[in-house]
Amino acid sequence: MSEPISVLTQRYDVPDAHTLAGYERTGGYQSLATAFDQAPTDLVSQVKDAGLRGRGGAGFPTGVKWGFTPRGTGKPTYLVINADEGEPGTFKDRELMERDPHQLLEGIIVSCYALESERAFLYLRGEYLWPGVRLEHAIAEAYEAGYLGKDIKGSGVNVDVTLHYAAGAYICGEETALLDSLEGRRGQPRLRPPFPAQAGVYGMPTQVNNVETIANVPHIVQHGVDWYRSMGTEKSPGPKLFCVSGEVNRPGNYEWPMGATAREIVEVSCQGMLDGRELRFWTPGGSSTPLLTGAHADTPMDFEAIMEAGSLLGTAAMQMFSDRTSVVEAARNWTKFYEHESCGKCTPCREGTFWLSQIYDRLLEGRGRSEDLDLLDEICDNIFGRSFCALGDGAVSPIKSSLALFRDEYEHLIAHGRLPDGIEAHTDAVDRNSGHGRPEQLVGA
Amino acid sequence: MAAPATDRRAQQDAHPSGDERFALLDKALKRARFEQDQLVELLHTAQEVFGHLSDDVLIYLARQLRLPPSRVLGVASFYHLFTFEPPGDHICTVCMGTACYVKGAEDVVRETSEAFDVPAGETTDDGRLTLWTARCVGSCGLAPVVVFDGTVLAKQTPQDLIAHVRELLAAEDAAAEEEAG
Repeated sequence: MSEPISVLTQRYDVPDAHTLAGYERTGGYQSLATAFDQAPTDLVSQVKDAGLRGRGGAGFPTGVKWGFTPRGTGKPTYLVINADEGEPGTFKDRELMERDPHQLLEGIIVSCYALESERAFLYLRGEYLWPGVRLEHAIAEAYEAGYLGKDIKGSGVNVDVTLHYAAGAYICGEETALLDSLEGRRGQPRLRPPFPAQAGVYGMPTQVNNVETIANVPHIVQHGVDWYRSMGTEKSPGPKLFCVSGEVNRPGNYEWPMGATAREIVEVSCQGMLDGRELRFWTPGGSSTPLLTGAHADTPMDFEAIMEAGSLLGTAAMQMFSDRTSVVEAARNWTKFYEHESCGKCTPCREGTFWLSQIYDRLLEGRGRSEDLDLLDEICDNIFGRSFCALGDGAVSPIKSSLALFRDEYEHLIAHGRLPDGIEAHTDAVDRNSGHGRPEQLVGA
Repeated sequence: MAAPATDRRAQQDAHPSGDERFALLDKALKRARFEQDQLVELLHTAQEVFGHLSDDVLIYLARQLRLPPSRVLGVASFYHLFTFEPPGDHICTVCMGTACYVKGAEDVVRETSEAFDVPAGETTDDGRLTLWTARCVGSCGLAPVVVFDGTVLAKQTPQDLIAHVRELLAAEDAAAEEEAG
């Protein structure tokens, strides 16, 4: 049995945690002195030993990635924070930046020091206006107090942070597309190699890390590797933000150790499924991860176990759907998203997502043909592994998995021209349960 | 900035219209040191100042940054937040992400569209309300979500949203009437 924990979210209930005063009062910026006492390369080893894995979806070990950064080249090194959180169902970074922006800045400062970088770019999703307000304020306060800028608190360390507002393109969450976008171009992915660690922003060595990943760093530095590894599993240690949405009583961001199960998180943090409904299907890590069913509710939520169950942990965005909700309709919704967001660079993804979308429209309008399911399969196979970047792979995940797990619903649609009885396109129940604890709430101006 | 600061400040001509809003854009251009890699930021500024990106503004930016107009339009049209049509007085964006969708966002769009006689993606004839949809605004725990004039409205039923908009428009009418008479 796992228990909810409070590491990254420890200040979420402190009303003024977003201000420097509130952050310092609750123990903020204390990892800086510990960090600056050590050699940068020692910090990289520490992050490697702690087993921190990237929280942006891929789960690559952060310390190993940091190790790819060349040192002593005479070129500037850049840290880029990927805050372009745009996948349906994912909203962990938004709340983190709204409620505790200084935690991210502290992570940036320590990480920059470890990477011997003097400039970080924060690439913020353009729609995230309120997190932007909070971050701008926090960055200004940090400069004022000497946590950013030249010679931070007399340590001789220099770190500058540039906040960049993106302009609405899901593809820019892909790290090389993000780099092009940061340089003022259309955000389309670059051919690798060279990898960003060698040639990233303006051709300089660059690390691209997720917001939640960087927010973990000061905790590792301050409390040590053993403490960090006391949470989670051997291969996926540490705390994790799970963003739960869909048909649960209290959707929101909840922090649990890696390896907690979906059942635990939904029962304890979300107070169960809406109206006691049965869990039918869910995404463990956002819309680009293959669907799982109610039978997988006891799978530990860590990178290994979820992969073994046939999916990916991704960003741990759990979208939960009940036995009343149509999986075909949900898959159409995701497909429309990818159709809209395909950047147009490569043919399989650009054309394929349009074809897939047409087939879904046909199916759900009662015009499905008997060969449509094989056609879906074939188009998916021609996109998966054949598109330029991972967007295409993500686009076909919900389709392939729903075809494998819920073929009967597709077949019913084709045979009868409508959804099976008791299954609806969408539920009209809007919960207004305020509850206790920390379901997602509006952060007011 | 990281890129070498080549001096592009050899002054270009100011915009011939004398429209004061261009002075705001000029200020932003100067702050960006006329660097071509600042294009996305400058498009943000231009849209804030003018409300939308007209050909005139895009050509002006291209000229000031010494970029081909095709590059400026190419970048502007790539990103969803940039709009080439002037929006209405109020912008209502309904999230169509999956969490919102399964909780009835489609009904919210359909009924709002019917109530104010405006197709999704367009502006009412009187120019007062623009109805847009978004693919996911990242507030899935508050589904269904509507962003109204930059403010997030949580857990919206069609009735909630329609009432909210009607109230707002009525209050504006009342204020206008008071001013007039």
